[in-house]
Amino acid sequence: MKRRHTFLVSMLAFGFAFFYIPILSMIVYSFNESRLASVWGGFSTKWYVSLFSNKQVIDALMLSLEIAFVSACVATILGTMAGIALARFTKFRGRLLFSGLVTAPLIMPEVITGISSLMFFIMMAQWIGWPEQRGFSTVTLSHITFSMVFVTTIVQARMLQSDRAIEEAAMDLGSKPWEVMRDVTVPVIFPAIMSGWLLAFTISLDDVVITSFTTGPGSTTLPLLIWSKVKLGVTPDINALATLMVSTVAVGVAIAGVVMNRAERRRQLDEQMAFRANG
Amino acid sequence: MDRKRLALWFDRKGWSDILILAPYVWLLLFFLLPFIIVVGMSVGTKTPTAPPISFGGDYPLINLQGYVRTVADSLYFRAFITSLVSAGIATVLCLLIGYPMALGLTRVSRSWRNILLMLVILPFWTSFLLRVYAWMGLMGKSSWFNAGLTSLWNDIVPASWAVEFVPMMHSNFAVVLVMVYTYLPFMILPLYASLERLDPTLDEAALDLGSKPWQVFLDVTLPQSIPGIIAGGMLVFIPAAGELVIPTLVGDASSPMIGRVISDQFSAARDWPMASAIAVVLLVLMVGPAVLYSHFQAKAEGSK
Amino acid sequence: MAAAEPFLRIENISKSFGTFQAVRNVSLNVEKGEIFSLLGGSGCGKTTLLRMLAGFEEPSGGKIYLDGRDMTGVAPWDRPVHMMFQSYALFPHMTVEKNIGYGLKHEKLSPQQKADRVREMLELVQLVPYATRKPHQISGGQRQRVALARALARQPKLLLLDEPLAALDKKLRERTQFELMAIQARTGVTFIVVTHDQEEAMTLSDRIAVMDKGEVKQVGSPGDIYEFPNSRFVADFIGSITSFPATILARSEAQLRLSVPALGGDVVARDVPGLSEGQDATVSIRPEKLHISRDRPEGANAFPGKVKDLAYFGKDSLYRVVLSSGALVQAHAVNASRGGEASRAPGWDDQVWISFDPASAIVLAE
Repeated sequence: MKRRHTFLVSMLAFGFAFFYIPILSMIVYSFNESRLASVWGGFSTKWYVSLFSNKQVIDALMLSLEIAFVSACVATILGTMAGIALARFTKFRGRLLFSGLVTAPLIMPEVITGISSLMFFIMMAQWIGWPEQRGFSTVTLSHITFSMVFVTTIVQARMLQSDRAIEEAAMDLGSKPWEVMRDVTVPVIFPAIMSGWLLAFTISLDDVVITSFTTGPGSTTLPLLIWSKVKLGVTPDINALATLMVSTVAVGVAIAGVVMNRAERRRQLDEQMAFRANG
Repeated sequence: MDRKRLALWFDRKGWSDILILAPYVWLLLFFLLPFIIVVGMSVGTKTPTAPPISFGGDYPLINLQGYVRTVADSLYFRAFITSLVSAGIATVLCLLIGYPMALGLTRVSRSWRNILLMLVILPFWTSFLLRVYAWMGLMGKSSWFNAGLTSLWNDIVPASWAVEFVPMMHSNFAVVLVMVYTYLPFMILPLYASLERLDPTLDEAALDLGSKPWQVFLDVTLPQSIPGIIAGGMLVFIPAAGELVIPTLVGDASSPMIGRVISDQFSAARDWPMASAIAVVLLVLMVGPAVLYSHFQAKAEGSK
Repeated sequence: MAAAEPFLRIENISKSFGTFQAVRNVSLNVEKGEIFSLLGGSGCGKTTLLRMLAGFEEPSGGKIYLDGRDMTGVAPWDRPVHMMFQSYALFPHMTVEKNIGYGLKHEKLSPQQKADRVREMLELVQLVPYATRKPHQISGGQRQRVALARALARQPKLLLLDEPLAALDKKLRERTQFELMAIQARTGVTFIVVTHDQEEAMTLSDRIAVMDKGEVKQVGSPGDIYEFPNSRFVADFIGSITSFPATILARSEAQLRLSVPALGGDVVARDVPGLSEGQDATVSIRPEKLHISRDRPEGANAFPGKVKDLAYFGKDSLYRVVLSSGALVQAHAVNASRGGEASRAPGWDDQVWISFDPASAIVLAE
């Protein structure tokens, strides 16, 4: 039955306006000639030029990408292992604590994770002399810890949906359990693992609070750089930087969307063809 | 152990042990241990050494001053109240805006739905910091948005109430507004997930039995979406209550929120025991109910 | 007032979705207290018709009158028509009794009266001990009865049942069929059943409307539809049948003589009005109307053949006989006797004669 949902549709329109007006405004003002962020002084791309010639920004971006890449890879491996373990082994000693440890970082306020990591690193330096200095390694370690649980959540959910019979079939055909995992389980859940990696990468790239606690002198990531500038107020070069970051993500998401849509349509088409061939 | 026995062990049991132990040990070492250190610190005593903490000394081994002060010292107590109230209001507003949006998403055509869902998720992939920053631009004294609101206000109120600009920045209002803005997707997505699962024939059954659409909503849709409401509520409330970035950038410095207090006590005042005690209390207040809820949820699922 | 107004009158109803015509110009009359089935394959429009009766779809054209009242524009919640959904659509968060009592919320009854009505319904479907269970705590058959009780609780004028037995296993289905009929007889509510299962429609219904491609092909009692189909579609859809192309040779004395090349001879059948000599037609015959014998029987309509295939079911057997023309016929034979060589039923590759009564042949002008 076709019913009109005037109220719901207008709420959707309101919601999306709320989501996107601030971002659009930021994008428009990134092309503002005036140094005063809120006064329109004509069109200009000078803030983009100054952004690209700013070595500090480029260095911070590179550091952020390095940390995000390394931590996403390690977090994906560890998180996938935990997700498979929790989905497949329903009984082992300490499972309750394990599943608690996997959920806790998801809901832990970031400030607490931040100071606890920092205290941990300081105390470790006292007790065993490591880490001598905080920086790349400590930030990466803390990023791995809190992003791996997101991978676990995704992988675990996917595992619970997948059909156990295909794993049993592989075992029945002579594969050892770890071979089953390598040949069947991981390939089947691979899309989930990839989206886990992407999520871990984004979370790491975006983090301010935990990084601000666990970093050391000389290791300024891009969010930390933005953080220190933004605390002083609105500036046009941050508008330009924000525009670049938002459009990168938007283009990325749009491409991903188109690719997935194609794959989905292709799959539907294949199914239809197969159905016709049978019929 | 020779290689053959090693291989046998690996095939039978070893692979699963490694699968479990690697992430387990990692989390114990880098998540649980740091947290235990925080709990330990919370009963220590502040000293002017480096690190600025000791146990014993003037006080007995366990010093509960930090916990006493979280309740007794009005600064901390007020910070807790400010945080909980702001996060609570933000959660309710997210629910009021997010619920109709999520319900609307389940009612639009499939092709529109995918695009709109993508638009809900998109802000989530862009920098959190920059989303807060975007509102700083809008709320500032001389922005087009503020100017528009100001002239709107001046048009509808008597001349004596006229203002030069709407004082939005550096207020609790700004904190709540930006919280709603940044956390709204966390409310919409679980709500959408639980609403989308509902069987539309249940709505038809209720209509068929004589209920008008709004009664169907109250009797059928709302009760079945309660798990989604609770999940979304927790995803908004818990991080919002411990929020540090938003109050620092747009909040009122004279009534700080608890995340800010923890950070200040730790870095500026170098009072580790105090910062740790507040962190522990915050965690018990936030995560305690969440753990209890998921425990009962699991039990209810189990009894099905 | 003219001839008594039927209880439910469906008048030239059509429904299209975009360019797809789901229901085309359907007119039906249903009497009070009937069990009326809409029978057809998937996509024949039966469910759309049902949803228009419930008010979930607005017809693109035509009108529905229930008990003399025009139902156009009446919202689903205002119709004295309730539905038993194929998926049952029980509210998962409510107990069995809350589900059954849900519709009563909208009746002006005292709490005591409502409780009594729920109790009465629970007794009707024999679910009293399960009143406080949730839907996921009872079996599929019990859920079906809850759905029935819920739809009946408000004493509707019309009860719509969408594939009421499809979700049940075979044994339960047979038992439930009789229960449904008993409950209908007890309550006197008019039932409209949508089904794709011809056996279900035959046992359950007083009358059946056979639908195809959005149109009603034939309306009649189960016996009418089985024995006197008015089209190839209905004949093929209900039960099994063997059909052959034929040409009418002569009409005389209320009899038709047709040439049927596939049978290798002429067939004598009862006269059908509206046919003329020389016209092409179809002769169809149901397997149980064919006699199979080793010797040539007396009378007309006897043809020789050879047993190609034989399925023995115990009480009866199904033969597939290949005729001299190469055509195949199916014949059902009741294994009425047991004994010596003389009465032994024909076996594989035996030469046999098949024959049928002139009254048994169905002649269709298609």
